[in-house]
Amino acid sequence: MLYRENGQFKTTYRQDQQMLPILQDRIFMALLLLFVFGVAPFIFSDYLFLSILIPFLVLSLAAIGLNLLVGYCGQISLGHAAFMSVGAYAAYNLVLRVPQLNFLVVLILAGLIAALVGLLFGIPSLRIRGLYLAVATLAAQFFVDWTFARVKWFTNYAPSGSVSTATIDIFGWTVDTPVRKYLFLLAVVTVFALVAKNLVRGHMGRAWMAMRDMDVAAEVIGIRPVYAKLTAFGVSSFYVGVAGALWGFVYLGSWEPLAFDINLSLNLLFMIIIGGMGSILGSFFGAFFIVALPILLNQAPEWLGIHLSTAMVSNLEAMIFGSLIIFFLIVEPQGLARLWAIGKEKLRLWPFPH
Amino acid sequence: MTTAGASGGKSIGGVVLDLAGISLAFGGVRALQNVSFDVREHEIRAIIGPNGAGKSSMLNVINGVYHPQEGTVTFNGVKRHDVNTHEAAEQGIARTFQNIALFKGMSVLDNIMTGRNLRMKSGLLAQAIRIGPAEREELQHREAVERIIDFLEIQAYRKTPVGRLPYGLQKRVDLARALAMEPKLLLLDEPMAGMNVEEKQDMCRFILDVNDQFGTTIVLIEHDMGVVMDISDRVVVLDYGKKIGDGTPDEVRGNQAVIDAYLGVSH
Ligand SMILES: Nc1ncnc2c1ncn2[C@@H]1O[C@H](COP(=O)(O)OP(=O)(O)O)[C@@H](O)[C@H]1O
Ligand SMILES: [Mg+2]
Repeated sequence: MLYRENGQFKTTYRQDQQMLPILQDRIFMALLLLFVFGVAPFIFSDYLFLSILIPFLVLSLAAIGLNLLVGYCGQISLGHAAFMSVGAYAAYNLVLRVPQLNFLVVLILAGLIAALVGLLFGIPSLRIRGLYLAVATLAAQFFVDWTFARVKWFTNYAPSGSVSTATIDIFGWTVDTPVRKYLFLLAVVTVFALVAKNLVRGHMGRAWMAMRDMDVAAEVIGIRPVYAKLTAFGVSSFYVGVAGALWGFVYLGSWEPLAFDINLSLNLLFMIIIGGMGSILGSFFGAFFIVALPILLNQAPEWLGIHLSTAMVSNLEAMIFGSLIIFFLIVEPQGLARLWAIGKEKLRLWPFPH
Repeated sequence: MTTAGASGGKSIGGVVLDLAGISLAFGGVRALQNVSFDVREHEIRAIIGPNGAGKSSMLNVINGVYHPQEGTVTFNGVKRHDVNTHEAAEQGIARTFQNIALFKGMSVLDNIMTGRNLRMKSGLLAQAIRIGPAEREELQHREAVERIIDFLEIQAYRKTPVGRLPYGLQKRVDLARALAMEPKLLLLDEPMAGMNVEEKQDMCRFILDVNDQFGTTIVLIEHDMGVVMDISDRVVVLDYGKKIGDGTPDEVRGNQAVIDAYLGVSH
């Protein structure tokens, strides 16, 4: 009885179109934000920040980006790690060559460059779909990997091909400690998640979803496939490019060639499959899952006093991922986000069964 | 408040859509063979014929989903050989589908809102920020969509994912989405197929009301001869891709070729 919308009458369409129309949801969101911004920085350990929360936040952003394309617009991509690496190398070169740029500007520019590359590799989607598009985006992955490994200018002629970044400084605030990195990422991801939510609620988002659900009907209504698909590719790779820059500068600090290879692309796909296709919230769930599961598998046996070899743990990890992906693809294509929604539905009816 | 089309007091205007010598083939299948007919402003024009006669293909030619090998489509005085779907939509041609083609993953409201997409102009950045112009635009179009929701009596299902609605209501949402475009010409592909009597009556009423209140010109494909004879002003009869009859319901009813086609007399 605590969680329900009864009695909360909407008197204007504006109220009805709010992001969180139910009062309890708004309270929950406010408390959550208060906690993650105001309380978490004081009580969480550096270990938690470095090994879970920081990668979680960056990967959430990347997963949101991929979800805009795959989950909302219905276009498949196996090359999204490539767009992350474009963002990362773009940011690296911008900082290197134009050191006076503010890092926030660098982030936006890195995103825009990734968006351009994404647009370019999105062009085949106007002609092909499904498996063929998947292969085309895979080509993007290999092409970009090859470029950054072979064209030495991008890595500033470092002999090993690995690059390392300077500490970020935003208006005199250095992002050096784990807590500061966390707060910086949290702020960026919050803004980007909000923007993504706005986009999918607007006419552009509806054009994407229409394209995904029934492309002929979408065209007949006047939605241009070129516009819908290319904006999806562009916005998606923008997000992923920004995530790539953050992954490089905030999480990794320095990285080798192939830090953004096909494995990362597949991991991003797993995140949105497990978290929920076509759900911003699901992107967070999926990213958290992918980051937390290996750690849990590493630690849990020890808590229970069982000793497992590392090989065993990584086998277990692969098996659990594999079976979960099959489970979600078959049973619940909308992933954890859907389970969450069902849970809320139950809560709304509670304590009455119907 | 509605008048049956054939006997109605509405003023039917000049020709808005003229199809001349349309031929369309898929490989060896000749779906349309040299078909010509016209549609006048404000009228309800029915296309009838047995399954596979080429009725749906005709609608697809009119709004540019199919491109005929021969013939021209003249809409609002602009003559085209090849219609482009997007242009057709921009010029005010809307349609519903024989096999409901709703956007399955979206709510009823969002489905209907897509009908406004062509009119929504706010850019990427404005939508990203939302507060301000994008939200104002959204609300303004929401109001237009709400009027259609009221008109078609589907208020209770606004937020329901379309996939969960029963078939008859899905057909209604399909019509709502087309109406949201505020079309000049509305193409309806078997809007009453698979409905029970009551649902058919509702749909008939909606079609007549749209025609009457908004003056929308309608091209309607329908199998139920009773319905066709009741609500249409003129009827085209297709059989095996050829036009075998054209005229008022009474004229068509008395046409020997039409009677033969429907009774299955050898061709
Ligand atoms: N996209 C298509 N590809 C191949 N054949 C088609 C296609 N669309 C329609 N046809 C063929 O054209 C003929 C007319 O079909 P259609 O216009 O759907 O008939 P109706 O709507 O009158 O039942 C049929 O023989 C059908 O098989
Ligand atoms: Mg048909």
